[in-house]
Amino acid sequence: MLVSTTINGDVVEFACPPEETLLTALRDRVGLTGVKEGCGTGDCGACSVTLDGRLVCSCLVLGAEAQGREIATVEGLAEGEKLHPLQQNFIDHAALQCGICTPGFLMAAKALLERNPNPTETEIRYALAGNLCRCTGYDKIVHAVQASAKELRQLDKKKQRRKKSKK
Amino acid sequence: MGNDPSFTNQKFKVIGSRVQRPDGVDKVTGRARYGADHNAPGQLVGLFLRSPHAHARITRLDTARAEKLSGVKAVITSDDLPDLTNGDATAYTILENCMARGRALYDGHAVAAVAAVDEQTAKKALKLIKVTYEVLPHVTDVDEAMKPDAPVLHDHIYTAGLPRKPRKPSNVYNVAEFGHGDVDKGFAQADVIVEQSYKTEQTHQGYIEPHACVASASPDGTGELWVTTQGHFHYRSVCATLLGMDIAKLKVTSSEIGGGFGGKTHVWMEPIALALSRKANRPVKVVMSREEVFRASGPTSSTSIDVKIGAKKDGRIIAAFAALRYQGGAFPGYIPGMPWAAIGAMTAFTSYKLPNVKSVGYDVVVNRPKVAAYRAPSAPMASFAVESTIDMVAAKVGMKPLDFRIMNAAKKGTRSSFGPVYGPIGIGATLEAVKDHPHMRAKLKKNQGRGIACGFWFNFGGQTCTDINIATDGTVTVTVGTIDVGGARASLSLIAAEELGVPYEQVKAHIGDTGSLGHNDTTEGSRGTFSSGMAIIFAARQAIDVLRERAAIMWEIPVEDVIWEDGHARPRLKKYKKLKPLSLAAIAAASPTTGGPIAGHNESVPDNAGVSFASHICDVEVDPETGATRILRYTVVQDAGKAIHPTYVEGQMQGGAAQGIGWALNEEYIYGEDGRLQNPGFLDYRIPVCSDLPFIDTQILEIPNPNHPYGIRGVGETSIVPPLAAIGNAISNAVGVRMNHVPMSPPRILKAIEEAGG
Repeated sequence: MLVSTTINGDVVEFACPPEETLLTALRDRVGLTGVKEGCGTGDCGACSVTLDGRLVCSCLVLGAEAQGREIATVEGLAEGEKLHPLQQNFIDHAALQCGICTPGFLMAAKALLERNPNPTETEIRYALAGNLCRCTGYDKIVHAVQASAKELRQLDKKKQRRKKSKK
Repeated sequence: MGNDPSFTNQKFKVIGSRVQRPDGVDKVTGRARYGADHNAPGQLVGLFLRSPHAHARITRLDTARAEKLSGVKAVITSDDLPDLTNGDATAYTILENCMARGRALYDGHAVAAVAAVDEQTAKKALKLIKVTYEVLPHVTDVDEAMKPDAPVLHDHIYTAGLPRKPRKPSNVYNVAEFGHGDVDKGFAQADVIVEQSYKTEQTHQGYIEPHACVASASPDGTGELWVTTQGHFHYRSVCATLLGMDIAKLKVTSSEIGGGFGGKTHVWMEPIALALSRKANRPVKVVMSREEVFRASGPTSSTSIDVKIGAKKDGRIIAAFAALRYQGGAFPGYIPGMPWAAIGAMTAFTSYKLPNVKSVGYDVVVNRPKVAAYRAPSAPMASFAVESTIDMVAAKVGMKPLDFRIMNAAKKGTRSSFGPVYGPIGIGATLEAVKDHPHMRAKLKKNQGRGIACGFWFNFGGQTCTDINIATDGTVTVTVGTIDVGGARASLSLIAAEELGVPYEQVKAHIGDTGSLGHNDTTEGSRGTFSSGMAIIFAARQAIDVLRERAAIMWEIPVEDVIWEDGHARPRLKKYKKLKPLSLAAIAAASPTTGGPIAGHNESVPDNAGVSFASHICDVEVDPETGATRILRYTVVQDAGKAIHPTYVEGQMQGGAAQGIGWALNEEYIYGEDGRLQNPGFLDYRIPVCSDLPFIDTQILEIPNPNHPYGIRGVGETSIVPPLAAIGNAISNAVGVRMNHVPMSPPRILKAIEEAGG
């Protein structure tokens, strides 16, 4: 079937069999291989993307369900040359070793910080509990998310100040 | 603290700095290409049919209907592969594990494979293959498999390592003994003796990236393999040997690797992918499902271990004995002559100075998937048994577990339990650091307990081949053949920068394919940074000799008068004072007219990787109602030799500890009475998630390895060794009952409390 959708802000059309997962469609039809498959059963979170802003495992969503929706993947996180603060902090804090889980963690962390800009350590740990990492023991991932939350709050404050001064 | 003072004599410019890894941006933007992220034009999809039985004779295997299905381009069974039954035993074992020949030996054993134009067609084809099985008696437990009436898996296996060849075949394929002194005499002199038996269940490495490859074999005898692996040169040799290809005609390119931990040191479906490709004369992509990864690729051994330790009243250990039984799955172990239990037996008592010690390893085959290396393979189970017993002996002689360990710790000059005499080692220093660590002073409440444990790993050097090439703008390409499993390219670039005297940012490290370098051993044994690092130092020194020659040409003076210092050629004598130092970049810029490209190369077998020790502290809280354990605090103290990139050393220490925590508390292969694996998925095989763990504190000690120019030791594996026992000791202290079965899952803890009358 033919699916028309928006991915990382771009209008995209792809054809896929009705039983095909969004994960397979994104990887094999659209070529977004930053979305990773670790289990295919919704247990590892490596395939995390957002669908209309909501965090989902793309292996548990059908490609057909993308019709008319907005999808965001790791490939859309950076703005041109500028990495998203989460991306930069993951590098700075060595929050990745092998890196296969990283795209999923970045999407999950972004979804968390959008709904809770100032999470506690426990809130971060529970928000990321659907994403498996086998290399790091999560220590440096949590530190990277904490640093990103702080940075994003400061950026937000600056933006608001600018808005006020313009008014 | 704990640092060898001689080390401070060596001053580094960039080694030890926490630079950004060169592959970081690729990995946070989704650009990095892993095993499943590559496609070849015209590629087919390869899928496997696997045995649902633990042990069965394949009486009929009919692929005719599958072959006739439109879109199916190749079907492979053992009939399409060379029969190595009477050939090289290792090759036979590898190939039979990749594809069953006449008998399926475990649930998940491959019996056929298909390549078709798409996944749907390949799935249909699998359904059209008719297999008739005659189910045979099976055995999955290591102790059961050793009993005289157990079903025997292989009638050609006779126990090796016995004084006389036995008359009957056996599931015990090897017996190996290590030690020195006279343990019987030692126990006779002991004031206190503790004996305890332990069991550990089977765990999987649990890398998040499933096995994946794109194979392309051509009728002219050449081939290419894109694959996620820890050792592309090893994969090349094995695949070529099994398929009768010339090694040099198969080019293997390693993808980025999404975790391996030992599980990607062995081939699983790659030779079959090549066979499918050769038969279809088209590229074939194979990606394992998570279920296949669990059922048919490398878990570690489950074990059964007895330990006996005797000590004098003053706390000195006088005798130690262990019998270690490890199952290796359906086939004998990976390294010929050094199977899994033998490794366990070698590592068991490594932390201590023992006048009388003996450990015996029994290697056993059972109807489970072929065991693969898993981070410090075989050591965590042995450490669990020994370090738990050490706590019990300490209690019996009335000493604190830490003081008891410090008193008995091995040191420089101690003869190790597996033979060699130790050089400078870190066990004593890590224990002293534990004693001083604030963690030891944190207050414990009700239902909480603290445990400590020590761990050891050999570390490995192995065959290495490395190139350094200097571009005309003075930037440096480093090409290594050891897979980067978690940031090694940063460390290796630091080493090249240090040696050449250029900034880190000027160096770019690559992993070469098998066509670009000589053989490199697999990234295992914590050897990546140690061996490639050493080869880079020597290659860089060779490049520096060339740079000096070129400077000499540019200055028109003898090369003996040119020295290399801080990334510059300088004249050695005052008479040349008019000559300004030449930077690496200036010499490189002139290279087209002074003799062409500037390069350095090294091939070597860097031995003496320097043994590694760690001591861990763990605090737990056990819920007496549910038996659930929570890790409250965790601290890793480890000797890293010289930490090239401390952040990534910490990462290795934390990651290994987390895997050990999962092993200790949750992870296990659960087999039903029917011999089928009941939990082949991440839902039921539960690895630690973010909310299960606290921050993991680390302390790096640097006791230099005298056998490496920078003092490097391997660091990657030791961290998984102590957690089982550290947590076991902590839980035992929290609930007042000795835990002797890993994982210490809630039902096992409740049962232990109940049996103790709690």
